Amino acid sequence: MRGFSKISFNHCYYMANVIKLRKGLDVNLKGKASLETVAVKASEKYALLPDSFTGMKPKVVVKEGDAVKAGDALFVDKLHPEVKFVSPVSGTVALIERGDRRKVLSVQVTADGKNEAVTFDTKSVKDAQSAIALLCESGLFAFFRQRPYDVTANPEDKPKAIFVSAFCDMPLAQDFEYVLQGQEADFQEGLSLLAKIAKVHLGVSKKQKAQALTAAKDVQVTIFDGPAPAGNVGVQINHVDPINKGEVVWTLGAEEVIFIGRLLRTGKVDLTRTVAVAGSEVKTPRYAKVLVGAQIADILAGNLVESEKHQRWISGNPMTGIKVKQTGWLGAHHTEVTVIPEGDDTYEMLGWIAPRCKEFSTSRSYFSWLRPKKTEYTLDARIKGGERHMIMSGEYDRVFPMDIYAGYLVKAIIAGDIDRQEALGIYEVAPEDFALAEFVDSSKLELQRIVRQGLDILRKENA
Amino acid sequence: MNSLRKYFDKIKPNFEEGGKLHAFRSLYDGFETFAFVPNTTSGVGSVNVHDAIDSKRIMSLVVIALVPALLFGMYNVGYQNALAAGQLENATFWGMFFFGFLAVLPKLIVSYVVGLGIEFTVAQWKNEEIQEGFLVSGIIIPMIVPVNTPLWMLAIAVAFSVIFAKEIFGGTGMNILNVALVTRAFLFFSYPSSMTGDDTVWVAQNAICGLGFNVPDTFSAATPLGEIAAGATALSTSMFDQVVGLIPGSIGETSVIAIALGACLLLLTGVASWKIMLSVFVGGGLTGWFYNALGLSPLDACQHIVLGGFCFGAVFMATDPVTSARTEGGKWIYGFLIGFVAVTVRVLNPGYPEGMMLAILLMNVFAPLIDYGFVNANISKRAKRAKI
Repeated sequence: MRGFSKISFNHCYYMANVIKLRKGLDVNLKGKASLETVAVKASEKYALLPDSFTGMKPKVVVKEGDAVKAGDALFVDKLHPEVKFVSPVSGTVALIERGDRRKVLSVQVTADGKNEAVTFDTKSVKDAQSAIALLCESGLFAFFRQRPYDVTANPEDKPKAIFVSAFCDMPLAQDFEYVLQGQEADFQEGLSLLAKIAKVHLGVSKKQKAQALTAAKDVQVTIFDGPAPAGNVGVQINHVDPINKGEVVWTLGAEEVIFIGRLLRTGKVDLTRTVAVAGSEVKTPRYAKVLVGAQIADILAGNLVESEKHQRWISGNPMTGIKVKQTGWLGAHHTEVTVIPEGDDTYEMLGWIAPRCKEFSTSRSYFSWLRPKKTEYTLDARIKGGERHMIMSGEYDRVFPMDIYAGYLVKAIIAGDIDRQEALGIYEVAPEDFALAEFVDSSKLELQRIVRQGLDILRKENA
Repeated sequence: MNSLRKYFDKIKPNFEEGGKLHAFRSLYDGFETFAFVPNTTSGVGSVNVHDAIDSKRIMSLVVIALVPALLFGMYNVGYQNALAAGQLENATFWGMFFFGFLAVLPKLIVSYVVGLGIEFTVAQWKNEEIQEGFLVSGIIIPMIVPVNTPLWMLAIAVAFSVIFAKEIFGGTGMNILNVALVTRAFLFFSYPSSMTGDDTVWVAQNAICGLGFNVPDTFSAATPLGEIAAGATALSTSMFDQVVGLIPGSIGETSVIAIALGACLLLLTGVASWKIMLSVFVGGGLTGWFYNALGLSPLDACQHIVLGGFCFGAVFMATDPVTSARTEGGKWIYGFLIGFVAVTVRVLNPGYPEGMMLAILLMNVFAPLIDYGFVNANISKRAKRAKI
């Protein structure tokens, strides 16, 4: 009888809601990061890019030559100056890089190597208001995003819930369960603070077994079982508690919850990430401890496959990440650095009819469906076709596990029909939710860009 | 490969902005992307990797799936000619095939030259890439007309449908009606005597380049459905001939076996929707059975499916992804109604022996309405959830 009660206790303990998803697609790319972490060379300069924080208008609050500590604001949100975007390191402001129409592209800080950091008063946090105030002041609120619109959150909103996804299942993505090892306490501290602000939902993959995730306290744990993009927080929201018009939900990356935990424990801002350095063009794919804003070149130094072919450096994973130049920086939200072949120097003859056995496709007109599931593919950055109008039907829906007609929503966005976008559920989606649909699209439409533009226009209209 | 690549690279500047052949840019693009997979890479803010599938490959697969029916159609043209001339014992397999080949080839050429010519022009004019949609329409069109269709009629019909059924809507992917069927409908209503008329249109009657036979003027041959519409209660051809396809009819529609080969390829590669294909057959079969049981039609369910353009329409035209229903539930309804309407037109309207063309065109028009129902269900579910 004792045994029985123990089993049933465990059963209750682990049996958070399990949501099984059938739609989706796991793309098996070559160059997965092995589970070992190395230190990489510290960058000489670090940069914070306003573009990493979608939808925010930056107001730079430092001048070139100013001395800053880690945790000192570099720029603030023009509309909500209390939301600060802080330096990851101590040093001097080297450059405020501006582009067309004086748009701020980056604020760069030369590290002094002293690792001095501002100390914040974490003891006074008692309620939601003081928690948000601390997060804003320390620059961690900047990492919050909100739905609708998938933009940097507004601290004045009252979100109905905060969603954290503990896994990303895009190809070559960071394995958060591995990253979490040794930081469980910080993670829980962070979650507990979030719980002071609103109800917190933690989405956990069926494959993740760590107690810190499956038995996290102060949060509602939901287990997701299915192919990518089950790890997308948008998919999780859609299945747990879909967003309606007029509601706001905040989302936060799992590693960013650890940032909060560190802040509460030490009083200091420590934006150290364990990023996956992955991709077919990386010599030894593994994890690296780096600060947000580090130079990509330093992260990849000495670890690239030597090749005459062009390479593409990506801040993020190949699906949702952003192509960066060799002088680029690790984006604030990105948890991977990937390198794949660019492919612009590749010429394939008669691709419309050749068997092209090495290519990956969800279409059975290629032969990847006959190859074993564990086959790893080396994909380059070619679009591999011309852009067309939407021809095939149901392509998007197969990899879009939400109760939303993805194709119709995209058409409504292209047509600029705002009422219809609302009716079809645009408030629930983010560009990243369309990444796999864009991947499989035979018409090669830039769905993420289309959705981003749609959200921007809608936000302006509703403002 | 390298020399071809070098050649393309060498002539490319001529077609670029300011080059002396800039007016033919779309033509160059068309040939370059035909020869080599385009190596443009994805831009910032879009997905970095892509599936290898593109619309060129999808359209090419449909064309390949159509080839068995086309080749058999050529043979059958020769066979029907020899049969009509009473010379079947003197005809050889290759003789009949090449006769058919020579009879069909001009139609194929006219269809592609006119259709692709318009596509190229529009692509150039709109500064877009050439769209592959007409590759499929261009091969289907000669296959769904009688062998004796005059080429000038075909040219006018193709031009009409490409311009008015497709380009004015915005090109492939935006059209409401199936382009090949609009061509067929244009011919059917503009030149009825050349499309069914006195039953002399279905069999080639003159020798071509010494191949084939001259058929006596008094000859006429009706399709099996034509016979039934004329009041016959039994067919003059056997079920075996009907399945193999050795019966009079439009060039590509007669052989169930050749069409089945194409259907296998389309279903195996997932290019065509199995839901639509299956539901067309279920709809047609059930309706045929129903009318037969009521005594309204001498044909049973099986014959309704085998005869005329039913199989060809179900496999190659009802499944056109652009003009069919786009919601998964809608596909079942769309397909079923095509089968139902096709057989209903055949049975209840003696003026139209064949109903497949009209059924698919009608359901093309209704497909958005069917989808509207499904999408609206989703919309109202969301609206009910909302609090404001």
